[in-house]
Amino acid sequence: MSSGGSVSRSMVRRAARLGGSAERVVTRIAKPARNLGFPYRKPTVPKGVEVPPAPAKLGADYDTTWARKAPARAARTVITRGPLRVFTRLVARPEVLGVDRLDDLIARGDDAPPVIFTPNHHSHLDTLLMVEAVPEPWRSKLIIAAAADYFFTTRTKSAAAALTLNALPIDREVTGRKSSDMIRDLIDDGWSLVIYPEGGRSPDGWGQEFKGGAAYLSARTGAPVVPVFIDGSGAIYGKGMKRPKPGHTKVVFGAALRPAEGENTRRYNARIEAAVTALGDEALTDFWTARQRAARGSSPKLTGPEYNGWRRQWAIAEQRKLGAAAKRRRQRRRWPDLG
Amino acid sequence: MPRPGFVLEVDRSTPPLLFWRGENFSLEKLPAGRSRVIYPPEPLPAIDDIDGAIVHALLNPIDSDPLPAQLFPGMKLTIAFDDVSLPLPKMQSPDTRQRVIEAVLDMAAAAGVDDVHIIAALGLHRRMHEYELRHALGDRIYDAFHPRGMLYQHDAEDHDNLAVIGTTDHGEVLEINKRAADSDLVVYVNINSVPMDGGWKSITTGLASYRCLSVHHNGETLQNTRSLMGHRKHSALHTSIWRLGQVLRDHGPKLFQIETTLNTDMFPKPFDFISKREWEWNAKDRATYLATTKSLNRMPVRAARKIFHSIESPHQMTSIQAGETSAVHERTLEHVYRQQLVPVEGQTDILTLGIPFVCPYNPDGIMNPILVMCMGLGYLFNMYRNKPLVREGGVIIMTHPTYREFHPVHHPSYIDFFEQVLPDTTDPVVMGHKWEKQYAEDEWYRHLYRTGNAYHGVHPFYAWYWGAHGQQHAGKIIIVGGDPPTVRRLGFTPASTMDDAFEIASDVVGRAPTITHLHVPALLVADVT
Repeated sequence: MSSGGSVSRSMVRRAARLGGSAERVVTRIAKPARNLGFPYRKPTVPKGVEVPPAPAKLGADYDTTWARKAPARAARTVITRGPLRVFTRLVARPEVLGVDRLDDLIARGDDAPPVIFTPNHHSHLDTLLMVEAVPEPWRSKLIIAAAADYFFTTRTKSAAAALTLNALPIDREVTGRKSSDMIRDLIDDGWSLVIYPEGGRSPDGWGQEFKGGAAYLSARTGAPVVPVFIDGSGAIYGKGMKRPKPGHTKVVFGAALRPAEGENTRRYNARIEAAVTALGDEALTDFWTARQRAARGSSPKLTGPEYNGWRRQWAIAEQRKLGAAAKRRRQRRRWPDLG
Repeated sequence: MPRPGFVLEVDRSTPPLLFWRGENFSLEKLPAGRSRVIYPPEPLPAIDDIDGAIVHALLNPIDSDPLPAQLFPGMKLTIAFDDVSLPLPKMQSPDTRQRVIEAVLDMAAAAGVDDVHIIAALGLHRRMHEYELRHALGDRIYDAFHPRGMLYQHDAEDHDNLAVIGTTDHGEVLEINKRAADSDLVVYVNINSVPMDGGWKSITTGLASYRCLSVHHNGETLQNTRSLMGHRKHSALHTSIWRLGQVLRDHGPKLFQIETTLNTDMFPKPFDFISKREWEWNAKDRATYLATTKSLNRMPVRAARKIFHSIESPHQMTSIQAGETSAVHERTLEHVYRQQLVPVEGQTDILTLGIPFVCPYNPDGIMNPILVMCMGLGYLFNMYRNKPLVREGGVIIMTHPTYREFHPVHHPSYIDFFEQVLPDTTDPVVMGHKWEKQYAEDEWYRHLYRTGNAYHGVHPFYAWYWGAHGQQHAGKIIIVGGDPPTVRRLGFTPASTMDDAFEIASDVVGRAPTITHLHVPALLVADVT
């Protein structure tokens, strides 16, 4: 008993000694850290001095230059051709049509001019589909115009968008001179652009009117516009959906458009919208029907019927039956087992 | 909108302040309650369309005919330009001089002018290296004019190519470059970094001979130059130069002065923290500061110097005006003061100055001890209007390593000046009378100036004279962190830390002196009332 007691006392003493030396070490390490002031710590502000707010580095001011450098491009190639491609194919099963309309440009290889792709926009999937569907030589030098107020609100989101999609922040309220200058410079450097002329995802499944940004940029840079219609993405992961419902999509490319002599931006924009509308009709019907209706000016509008309310919603369901969304495999009903 | 400069009263929550120490920095704490810091105004925005502004200035000059109207076939046109001493650090390409001279040459070509000479207005400064000429003028001008001998550097010792224009009523002789004197039109392209530059000083010093310069570049004149950067009437130097300017205007060639001003955006990333106010340093600035100072401490000075001299400033043109010299210069001064002036009330007992790695006389060279004195007492002390920031008899404290090192190619006569003249006297007037002639007429120095890249033999005297007023005004001058024997040779007192310096200063200014710190960069002129 007595020997056991002395052992435990010596262990306690040893533990106390160890504890003491650990405390001394910690104090020694912690002391200089505690004493360190500016510049190791934030500076204090003198009285009566106002510190101006730090200049914005997010939103439209986020600098994405790094994402176009070689290491980021290499990483992006791995990401887009690996996990993103698998995800897109599993979830959206894209069918790509109309690429042959760009053959003349594609045949030029590295000399192909940079182009501006103008798809309609129903879902975040549209960008993945574009990254997947855009043919070379443009795919490897593709930038995506992304809403600055959505994708570039935090550092992490901004970096992720810039790295994985080569997204470029665009202020969707006003196309500032800074943004358009930057895009012009990038196009001059050989980068192609995906820009959604509708300015955002469709809120109700129907399209929205085209804004003039793409037409303006094309007129300013001389880069041709390639109209694109994406069908089915809204039914898979439309605005407001919490998770994607896998299904089928169709990506239809149109022939490249260039501003006509003396054509103003508004008319050019209307022409781009008409081209996307015609492609939409083609995606839901067939080429000849779509051409005929386009010639008559009776292509179904992207923006849907004029009326509001439930009939508009009803009409979208009817329209989806014609498109890629109709191919969705119906979920197997599971009837309750009533014994 | 850039913020104006201001005076910060140091309190207990003021963080330590950035001081230059040659090719490094330090953060120094100044006593709360009796210290103040003068912060320069933020850089003004640059002109939107610089090339357009240049053409506009040439077509709409002040008190003069448009430049194209003064150009005609068969004429002799001379274009002179400021040398490598401006701007500091050197500006990112394209340099202002290149832009302006190209515009002038465009007009000369359109007018059919064949006889064009372009001359670097060096005065007694060192000849520019080829890479410096190419940087200032661009490859297009250099390649077109230099091989044909139409681009060259002024030689103040080439007596066959100097011409006397006249003499002032004070007996000052104006002798300038003969080609300029014989020209039908001299176009001078200036960069006005500080209010001291420009005006009649451009040609009457840049294209002048030693005989002409020695009239006003001497100890007596500089001691009586009570405001080098302020009102001209308080500057004996400028009064003399303006008299020479009248002679030039009345008897010299036709002139067309082009003056430009720059903003004070002096350091590019990652060194931009130098220009920031310390309490606005973010984590990146602090990390850059720590990384920079720690690595510079461990680096040979030569490597650090190489890094600093390779910096190219992002500063840009804020104004350009052309035409009649006096009228142009008045407009230029307005722009310089708009960028640099900071109102300050009263003088203090002590002025503290961080001395950087460069001054106008060591671009791409070594900041030797004489230039430390020149930069501190000649330039930074003089950055005031009306009266100095430190009271007469007060103390000036500078921070610089003040190593005993000289650039053997650029500053050969400085070495002898340090070894021969300074041990004898540090009084500018005495040394001027006793030693100046010997250095000015030394054949070896003359040879190095004319054929190599050396400053003229007399230049260390001029650098010393530049600080004459500050030296006379201050009761004591202390250099913190300087090599003690070298600092003593300059006639100053060495101190190892800022606290030591304040302790040493207490002999002169008492135990609780008031202190002003001039926060450089950027450039500022304190308007002291």
